[in-house]
This record gives sequence, C-alpha cells and structure tokens, in this order.
Amino acid sequence: MLNGLSLIIGGGRGDVVNAVGSTSVQPFAEMLAQAYEDSHPDLYVDVQGGGSTAGLQAAANGLAQIGMCSRELTPDETKEFQDIVIARDGLAIVVHPSNPIEGLSLDQIRRIFAGEIRNWTEVGGPDRPVRPITREEGSGTREAFVKKVMGKVRIAREALTQESNGSVKELVRSDPAAVGYMSLGLVGGELRAVDVDGAAPTSANVLAGKYPLVRPFLFVTKGKPSEKAQAFIDFVLSPEGQKMLENEGLVRAR
Amino acid sequence: MLLMLTALSAISGLALITGFIFKEGLPIIAKVGLGDFIGSSDWYPSEGRFGILPMIAGSLEVTAGAMVIGVLFGLGCAVLLVDFVPPRAVSIIKPSIELLAGIPSVVYGFMGVVILVPFIRDYLGGPGLSVLAASIVLGIMVLPTVTSISVDALQAVPRAYREGSIALGATEWQTTHMVVLKAARSGIVAAVILGMGRAVGETMAVIMVAGNTIAVPHSILAPVRTLTSNIALEMGYASGDHRQALFATGVTLFVIIMILNTVALTVSRRRGRRAQGQ
Repeated sequence: MLNGLSLIIGGGRGDVVNAVGSTSVQPFAEMLAQAYEDSHPDLYVDVQGGGSTAGLQAAANGLAQIGMCSRELTPDETKEFQDIVIARDGLAIVVHPSNPIEGLSLDQIRRIFAGEIRNWTEVGGPDRPVRPITREEGSGTREAFVKKVMGKVRIAREALTQESNGSVKELVRSDPAAVGYMSLGLVGGELRAVDVDGAAPTSANVLAGKYPLVRPFLFVTKGKPSEKAQAFIDFVLSPEGQKMLENEGLVRAR
Repeated sequence: MLLMLTALSAISGLALITGFIFKEGLPIIAKVGLGDFIGSSDWYPSEGRFGILPMIAGSLEVTAGAMVIGVLFGLGCAVLLVDFVPPRAVSIIKPSIELLAGIPSVVYGFMGVVILVPFIRDYLGGPGLSVLAASIVLGIMVLPTVTSISVDALQAVPRAYREGSIALGATEWQTTHMVVLKAARSGIVAAVILGMGRAVGETMAVIMVAGNTIAVPHSILAPVRTLTSNIALEMGYASGDHRQALFATGVTLFVIIMILNTVALTVSRRRGRRAQGQ
C-alpha cells in the first residue's frame, strides 16, 4: 500500500523513475535519489527493496526501470540485461579487537565457517574456541560470502546466525572468540577486519583488485534505459555521486 | 444483529488467516513428506532441503525454560501480593508489574544482548547467545501476564475459604497452598496458557538473544533457533518452495500451540475432577 501511495505522490510531482531490488543497495540508492531530487525537482526517483532477484524480475517485466543487484549476474542474466557497476563493496572478515590474528587465508576462513577449525590456536591465535557468525539464508551478504569463500562447502550448522550487519557487529564487538563477515563500509572502529590472503581490507586494495572478497553493486536495465533513468544513472556515476558513495564506505566503480 | 456481525467478522478474520497459512504451507509438507519435514535436521533452503526438527526442539525448550522462570516468579509474586502484602502496596505494585507488558520486545532483546548474553558468556561459558538467555528474557516478558491474571484469580477466591481454613487451625501458608491455590486453579491455568502463548509466539527478542543456529541444542548454554525466528529471519528474501516452507513452519507453530493449549486445559480439568471427588 505504501508503494502505491508513493507512486501516487510521485505521479503528482512530474516523472517517476522506479528502482527496485537489493536491500544492500537500497540505502545507498535512497540517499542518491534524495540528492538527485534536490537538484532536479521535476523528477521523482522511487526506491524499493525486495532483494536482488526480485529487482531483476521487476526490471525484466517492466515494473521497474532500474533493478538493483548486490551480486554478480549469472551468465543467463548477463544475456538478458544490461548491467552498470555503480560501486564495489568489500566483504570484511571481522574479529574482536583483542584478537591478535593478523590475517587469514581464504582456505582458513572456509574451514572456520565449515566448522573444521574449532580453536584459534589452529590458525596461530590464542587458546580460545572459534565462534563463527553467519547471516541468515537468503541474505545478499551471505550469498556473496558463500560464492567467494565457501564454494560448495556448507556453512556449519553450529554457526551463530544474525539477521543484520548491525547485530553481527554487536556480537563480534563483545565476544573475543567470534569471527564474522560483513560489508566493509560498515565495520567502523570497534572491530578489526583481518587481512585476507595477505591483502589488507582497504578501499585502495579493493580498487586495485588485490583484496579477494569484493562484490559489485549493480544497476540493471532491460535493454536501453529510458532518458530519465539514464539521467539518474549518469548522476550516480558522476564524480559527485561516486563521492557520496565513497563517503558511505563503498569503493568507487572505476 | 450488530453484535452478531462484529463477532462473525472477528471469527471470519481468524478463519481467513488460518485458511491462508494452511493453503500456502501444506503443499510443501506434502512434497517433502511430513516425516522429513518435522523429523529431519537438514534445513538447506537453497538445496531444497526443509527439515525443521531443530526449530521445533528449540521452540519447545525455550518455551519450557521461559515457563519455569515465568510461572515460578509470576505465581510467587501473585501469592505474595494477594495474601501477604497490604492492599495499598498492592495497588502500587500490581500496576507497575503490568507496565512491564508495555515495554516493546526489542527493548527486552536489547537488554538481553547487552547485559545478559555477555554475563552468561563470561561466567557460564558458551557463546552467551543460548537457550538460557532466551528463556530468561522470555520468562521476564511473560511475568506481567502470569502475575496479573494469577492475582485476579487469587483475589476471586471467596474470603470464607480463607477464614474457614484458618478457623480449622491451618497456618497461613497451609491455607495458601492447600486451599487458595486449589480454588484458584482454573484462573492460574489460564494465566499459564496465556503466558505460554506469548512465549511461543515471541520473535524479536528471541532472534536477538538465541543465536539462531540450525542445530538441536545439546545444553541450555547452546544457541538455538525457534520456529518464529526461522520465519522472521528468512521471510524477507524467500521465494518459491522456501517461502512455502516458511508458511509450513507457521502451520507447525499453529499445531504446536493448539496441542499445548489442549494439554494444559485437559490436565487442569482432570485434576479438578479428581480434587472434587476426594
């Protein structure tokens, strides 16, 4: 009903561009939309969540001019859609600040989350149990983590499951034995993000392609975007739009 | 006529919701097989494996734990308020306890995460997020329900019962537990059932303190996922079979609540009959 309402309100304010999809991209898209509307009062950008896959469906059947996606497209989807990378997001492996571990290899991370490594001594840390913290089934962050790290290996049943970046953060912040994964932009100062395969989790390393855990934030269109949609996309890719995304902790697209 | 209509609309609302949940949930149970659905511990929605045994066990354990805490303290508090505290103090204390019911569950959950979970982790071991943490938080959350309904039930016991018992030479404590509690039994059972309903159904606070692992908890310090948490955690993204499986989780929850209520009512009725026979 709210969506309907916003459409009606939007209709009264000139042209509408609909962007639907990933809840990871949504907050950034909303921020960009707000900034765009401030300088272009004749255009209204309506941003809705629903998940990456739902966004692609909406773009496919014309319900949305722009689909938002927080994972790479499958080969089939690449044929059907045009995708534009608007930003990149690193996936940080976070531990308690008191944890002396400097870095982990992808293989060690996989074995930790598979439940094979159960004590920090096995990766050169103090004698403490390892408590992996994962995200709920269906989360885009989890999907990216599974794709980049786990592959075909399952995440252990015993892994604690939290429903947001925020609660993963709260848990890791207070538990010296914990290890979790979350959006690099949201780590903040209270946790420590470890090196992965020897690369420090910094924006520079993400941009240079050295840090291995990176996912794209995509805008997806079916065919050529409409003029209005293209104008918004251009704004997002402009130095001003990219600067805003960088300020929020993402890594610029190019 | 108007009354009839309002009553019917309330009931039809309930019927529609029930019908919808079953319509959405039953096909996937039929597809997976009832035995596999409620008897398997393999919950891998992306692979099409839907076994909710860990969540059923989790819900039952957490609810049992919450009822131990809630009923013990709630009923104790009610007895104290009715029989041992001056009425003027009761008129202050009882509304304060009822006020607890107005605190949003996310606040209870947050208190649990910030205070209770680190305490359990540091002093009892394990990850802190656990059956115990969830039980304590839920136990506190059901306190107002259990206490206030029990107080009403105890106050409804006629004065003559108490006076008669005292006149026969019983002490105050004997009067309370042998006469008053028995006379108020049906009200107390209602209090327990309502409390239990709240405990089984509570979601937000439990998600925050229970850890949500998909494994049958092997101790009260182990993390756990309840049926309600399972639905709330995964609803946002689920589609197709996964979404139906979450509705089926709802169906299971529905059936469990019906069974719990029926058992509670039957037990109290049977006890009541036996007591009358003596």
